[in-house]
Amino acid sequence: MLRLEKRPSPSQAWNYATPLVAVLLTMIVGGILFWILGKNPFEAIKLIFWDPLFSEQFAAYSRPQLLVKAAPLILIALGLAVGFRAGIWNIGAEGQYIIGALCAAAVALAFYPAEGWYIFPLMIIAGALGGWVWAMIPAILKTRFNTNEILVSLLLVYVAEKLLAAAATGFMRNPDGAGFPGSRNINSYGPASNQELIANSGMHWGVVAAMIAVLFTYILLQRHILGFHVQLAGQSPRAAKFAGVAPSRLVLMCLGLSGILAGLAGMFEVSGPARLITIDFNAGYGFTAIIVAFLGRLHPVGIVLAGLLLALTYIGGELAQFMLNLPASAIQVFQGMLLFFLLALDVLSNYRVRLAFAGTTKEAS
Amino acid sequence: MTTPLLSIQGLTKTYPGVVANSDVTFDIGEGEVHALLGENGAGKSTLVKAIYGLVRPNEGTMLWRGQPYAPNAPAQARATGVAMVFQHFSLFDAMDVAENVALGMDNPPPIRELAARITEVSNNYGLPLDPGRMVGDLSAGERQRVEIIRCLLQNPQLLIMDEPTSVLTPQEVEILFRTLRQLRAEGKSILYISHKLEEIRALCENATVLRLGKVVGRADPRQESARSLAEMMVGQALHQPSRSAAEPGKVLLQVTALNLPPQSAFGTALKDINITVRAGEVLGIGGVAGNGQDELLSALSGEVRSDRATVQMAGEAVGHYGPTARRAMGLLCAPEERLGHAAAPDMSLSENALLTGAWREKLVDRGFINWSKTRAFAERVIETFDVRTPGPHVAARALSGGNLQKFVIGREIMQRPSVLVVNQPTWGVDASAAAAIRQALLDLAHAGAAVIVISQDLDEILEIADEFAALNAGKLSAPRPVQGLTMDQIGLLLGGAEGDSNVAA
Repeated sequence: MLRLEKRPSPSQAWNYATPLVAVLLTMIVGGILFWILGKNPFEAIKLIFWDPLFSEQFAAYSRPQLLVKAAPLILIALGLAVGFRAGIWNIGAEGQYIIGALCAAAVALAFYPAEGWYIFPLMIIAGALGGWVWAMIPAILKTRFNTNEILVSLLLVYVAEKLLAAAATGFMRNPDGAGFPGSRNINSYGPASNQELIANSGMHWGVVAAMIAVLFTYILLQRHILGFHVQLAGQSPRAAKFAGVAPSRLVLMCLGLSGILAGLAGMFEVSGPARLITIDFNAGYGFTAIIVAFLGRLHPVGIVLAGLLLALTYIGGELAQFMLNLPASAIQVFQGMLLFFLLALDVLSNYRVRLAFAGTTKEAS
Repeated sequence: MTTPLLSIQGLTKTYPGVVANSDVTFDIGEGEVHALLGENGAGKSTLVKAIYGLVRPNEGTMLWRGQPYAPNAPAQARATGVAMVFQHFSLFDAMDVAENVALGMDNPPPIRELAARITEVSNNYGLPLDPGRMVGDLSAGERQRVEIIRCLLQNPQLLIMDEPTSVLTPQEVEILFRTLRQLRAEGKSILYISHKLEEIRALCENATVLRLGKVVGRADPRQESARSLAEMMVGQALHQPSRSAAEPGKVLLQVTALNLPPQSAFGTALKDINITVRAGEVLGIGGVAGNGQDELLSALSGEVRSDRATVQMAGEAVGHYGPTARRAMGLLCAPEERLGHAAAPDMSLSENALLTGAWREKLVDRGFINWSKTRAFAERVIETFDVRTPGPHVAARALSGGNLQKFVIGREIMQRPSVLVVNQPTWGVDASAAAAIRQALLDLAHAGAAVIVISQDLDEILEIADEFAALNAGKLSAPRPVQGLTMDQIGLLLGGAEGDSNVAA
């Protein structure tokens, strides 16, 4: 019989071990899944986790992709993590990401075909502002009318997707595009282009922004009183109020920050790897970033590692899809399982499992 | 000699790094009221949890009427005939009494039948309780009755009571004692845990004293004085709080006509509260739990704001200020609920020191936290107030109640407040720690601060306060000098009788 016993203080060892165990379990259960689908499980796992980085055949293309995919994930997850620590659940980063991209694209298209160094910085501001505005909707509704930010932010994703479709087929459509949906190619419009900074490295301005954001959130959470208040409010709302934290200011700050970072991720994406606004511009980074945030233990350094890993599953998943004819949804199942195992295993940080047989008591901690 | 009801022999329980119980041996006879005495952390809770099947001892045996007894779970303990009333109630406010009782039973009968039995038991034992009332509307004493009746319905042979009187008025304590004496007359045994030594002397015929997990003494409490019992418990001569009369100084805190609506469905509204405290003065505010104590503290701490002029610090209006601004002016508070209000359970003591000390102790510079300074502040609190803990890195929830309370009170006192408001400063704290906290409050007042002590422990108020006021249904009586106040007069004030003619009698 299994029994859970509360630990006197949370186990640090398990806190660090759970992400690793969760990845391992995901690999095992994922392998079984692939086996049921009639594929060689070892080959599939190797294809997803090993080949993109180390196989001679694929690595040249895949390795730079790692940074390209990880940058938006990390950027978004950092903002989400700050909110999650405060118990403010922004589930709608995907929407903020889309709006950020739309605003940045709008700036670029408005200036087209002018030249000027100021266009790219203006796009950055527009992207951040777009994401911020979209996140302020659930924030203000929550502080004014006490609505649930989970629902409002999530539903606004679908509104953003409609706006995206309208933009791609309507007001942002490329006038020289022969009627095809999609905007002008922003990536090939020089002053607005988010170029690779080092050839074939995947390094673009979004990666730089992610690095700065890692540093910024690290300092915020570890050294700044605001970060302390964020964690206090998440763990113990009443103690936070006693300490003088104003809950509504915190909601505005956390949702605002995650909106800005998601908007920036959208901006760097549309001007870089995605190249233009299309109907299916959003690739689910905003949702996957939720997994990244939790897998990284809501810690900036952990988020970098988790972002790289999830980026790997994107790349490896495409590879497996291409090489083994695995269904595209298999990789989503994979990512979903990861979050599931992680949350389930989290119990172990706060509880120890006791195996209680008749007469003997074993301890597994 | 007859077989005892429960015989505990050589019981030992260790946790990693801590020996909670070491070779504990004692007997509880049939029909005996047995007291378990000890400071916080002496191992009382672990011991009763072992008896109730919540904790498994590493060594030692228990015999129930001569038969081996080793419960794996509370259900098994209940089936044997052990029932327990916990210090913290586990009741749901939004359900009625009968539903709450049913939730705690292993095989609850249909609710209507249960309600009839609740009425029957409550009448038999003189504990009036209406099974149809919502628990949220009940007083602390009535809530305790729910717990007791829940136990009595199982017809236990041994009733364990953990600090049962800490939330009761003197009158309610009398009712409880009548019930316990009746149970004893019926041949049932009671294991009674309390810090209130006078109660133990009035009720119990045997006492086992624990210190640091070991049995250090056995006594017949009726033959001992409260002082000798306390010294047995602490292992040293007890320090008696001393006060020196000081001339009251200027008014430091003035509350005028404070009215606040209830903050939650089961909260209490504050009605026309007036308070004046001067430098060097200790104002004691008595009252039964749930009469507005929490609300009053929130209104003073700034968690709930009011009109500008209703709260004044040395003449300056601060009613509209939040907690941070009030702290900056020297108005500090220590709420009743230690875990979750005064301190964040999962955070370290350093982080909890930062929680209120950030601005006054200058632990934050332009928004950035100075962790080494914060740790040093936490260490100073730990050292000065004798908080027993390995260090400031320990999570608040790992501390025993008394130690955490010393930390919380110490954290505020070390910031040199000009006005300090504390709610239940020694609730669930052992005798020596309580004495230390009271002395610290007196010293603070002596040094020129104004102190407000909100407490349900009347002895505490009589011991340290200069003035006494009673909080009843959100209204505060006019303050009276403590000197010359009798228990009867206090009882009337607590009941809301304000008129001079009644009290002066």
